[in-house]
Amino acid sequence: MNQFTRRGLVQGGTALGAAAALSGPALLDWAKAWAQSAPWKPEKGAKLSMLRWKYFVQSEDDAFVKLIDAFSKATGVPVEISRESYEDVQPKASVAANTGTGPDLFWGLYSLPHLFPQKCVDVTDVADYLGKKYGGWVDSAVKYGKSGNKWIGVPICYSGALMNYRLEASKKAGFSKFPDKTDAFLEYTKAMKAQGTPGGFALGHASGDANTWVHWCLWTHGGQTVDASDKVILNSPETAKALEYAKALYGNMIAGVASWNDASNNKAFLAREIHWTNNGISIYVAAQNSAKDVAEDMDHAYFPIGPAGKPTELHLMYPTLIMTYTKFPQASKALVAFMLEADNFNPWIQSAKGYLTHCLNAYDKNPVWTADPKTTPFRDVAKRSLTAGGLGSVGEKAATAIADFVVVDMFANYCTGREDVKGAIAVAERQLKRIYR
Amino acid sequence: MALQTQGKPTREFRDVTAWDRLKVNKNWLGLWFMLPAAAFLILFLAYPLGLGIWLSFTDARLGRGGEFIGLENYDFLRDDPIFWLSVFNTLLYTSVASIIKFAIGLYLALLLNENLPFKAIIRAIVLIPFIVPTVLSAIAFWWLFDPQFSIISWSLKKMGLITANIDFLGDVWNARWSVIFANIWRGVPFVAITLLAGLQTVSPSLYEAATIDGATSWQRFRFITYPLLTPIIAVVMTFSVLFTFTDFQLIWVMTRGGPVNSTHLMATFSYQRAIMSGYLGEGAAISTAMIPFLLAAILVSWFGLQRRKWQQGGDND
Repeated sequence: MNQFTRRGLVQGGTALGAAAALSGPALLDWAKAWAQSAPWKPEKGAKLSMLRWKYFVQSEDDAFVKLIDAFSKATGVPVEISRESYEDVQPKASVAANTGTGPDLFWGLYSLPHLFPQKCVDVTDVADYLGKKYGGWVDSAVKYGKSGNKWIGVPICYSGALMNYRLEASKKAGFSKFPDKTDAFLEYTKAMKAQGTPGGFALGHASGDANTWVHWCLWTHGGQTVDASDKVILNSPETAKALEYAKALYGNMIAGVASWNDASNNKAFLAREIHWTNNGISIYVAAQNSAKDVAEDMDHAYFPIGPAGKPTELHLMYPTLIMTYTKFPQASKALVAFMLEADNFNPWIQSAKGYLTHCLNAYDKNPVWTADPKTTPFRDVAKRSLTAGGLGSVGEKAATAIADFVVVDMFANYCTGREDVKGAIAVAERQLKRIYR
Repeated sequence: MALQTQGKPTREFRDVTAWDRLKVNKNWLGLWFMLPAAAFLILFLAYPLGLGIWLSFTDARLGRGGEFIGLENYDFLRDDPIFWLSVFNTLLYTSVASIIKFAIGLYLALLLNENLPFKAIIRAIVLIPFIVPTVLSAIAFWWLFDPQFSIISWSLKKMGLITANIDFLGDVWNARWSVIFANIWRGVPFVAITLLAGLQTVSPSLYEAATIDGATSWQRFRFITYPLLTPIIAVVMTFSVLFTFTDFQLIWVMTRGGPVNSTHLMATFSYQRAIMSGYLGEGAAISTAMIPFLLAAILVSWFGLQRRKWQQGGDND
């Protein structure tokens, strides 16, 4: 087994990155050449401001600042960046769209442009340009980016949440490979619990961890909150099956998951209390710093596949949009295209250490996904992700249902025994009907 | 006219106008002096309150205005089991926590009123839970009640009293008692110190007289301390009930209303619906629904304070 240390990884990453990435004067030269040939010429005296979500890893923000600097130097357009916690970008963008004043660009969460599609600049030309140049967009990105026939936002990246598991305990339980089917996964959780190495999924109000696994569970059993025309179809035998399955899983989890928030499973995994859970790459990155034995003895896997027969994961997407009130639409478009050009995007996504995943197919080749095989599963999260709301629209309603924990509470209600199947579905259905009316 | 013809200008006499009266009217002047304060209250208290109530009659969403929809938000809440659960939780939380806070607070106040060694230091220590920012103490309690890392579970396990960790915040009733416990811990100093201040206004001569008359210590408490303390108790308990009823930070940090909404108070539930999910109108309706309860608490204390006799230790007749 390879010895992975953080330093080794960083060195490897930089060495590989250096081949692809430009830096210093070389980057500036390239940026200048790009600005000459790009189809978007910034307006005279253009000045841009952008509100983005706050970074998870400092190195990502550093790389981003460098990229923006290069843009400013090459085009002469100063860009002012402000950062907000990722949950707070949406309310601010809504107010800006409403009042017609604020930052020119917003970079927020999955359905942001769909909250006010008529206030977003049509960026079809940018999306087409990038798609053509970089191997096309993944399916979910197209659904998030497009409203009708035109693109209202440009998808930048995803942050994935996958299975995290301990290698040795799993082997001891008889699973040398992480189960890829739901039935096998249930057996796995049972065997893990039996030998005293249980795991767990959050069932509290954990915006990220709870929402990702309950939606996977609902969808992989064929359940859906709404159909393609946004009609509520939650009350179905498939949903009931998903609930039964979750309850069986819940029986094999460590006690206390009903109170878990987003940080709980990270803490418990790093303290060697749990041996499987769902999470982004943050547990692994933290383990490399503070619990090397855990980092060595863990890996990531896709969520198992159930009766639906295909991946049904939910990952967070981060789109950027340009407000129609901007005085500098050409400069804004140039900035968005510039961010996603290979010479900028490759080093940037590398600096995010696997937290973030691209949604343009050509970036599959980025060395960040192969330098450490344990990060490789995260390469595919954009391809495997469904969109918020499942079959339904990706707009405000889907976002509200997720923010209000409707599906999470339905699962928690049934798993903890507060409600029977019918009761749990009925409560959720009532809430959904109000959201989707 | 005759005077004028003589060319000697004199003062003209005229009737006193309303304006003249107003100029020397003390109440009129008072109104102007009061205006800054009134503007302050209207701008920062009455207007937000009115706006909140207005929003509860609209379908406003976060970031955009709403249409007037009458009582629809309230109609929806009337049949919403989670809303009624939050009302139940709030009443349970407020009543249990307030009663226990009062009992412990009064006990501590009586204790601190005695002549103890290191009195000043002990009094300062009692205040600590009140000084620590709520969010910090909430995070501390969150760790104390962690399902995996609770020091309480750990100690009990080491002592051999339990075999598995206690699921403090994951079990419905455990979670309720846990947050109530945290609230009591935080609220006791306020009650204790305020009651202590009240106790110190009671004249020692009353106790001396009672002792000479042969009163027992219970009788001294019942017939001297308690009646003289009543007005302070009314104020303290009103504040305590108001603070507890509108508590937000403790719950939000420790449970976010979970597990499955069983610790949602009306305040946290209102925030959840209004800000997290963006249903500003519905959230406003939930906050507005708190007003009758709060008014009731204020009225109780108001009438309590109005009773002069009561304040002076007489009967309530």
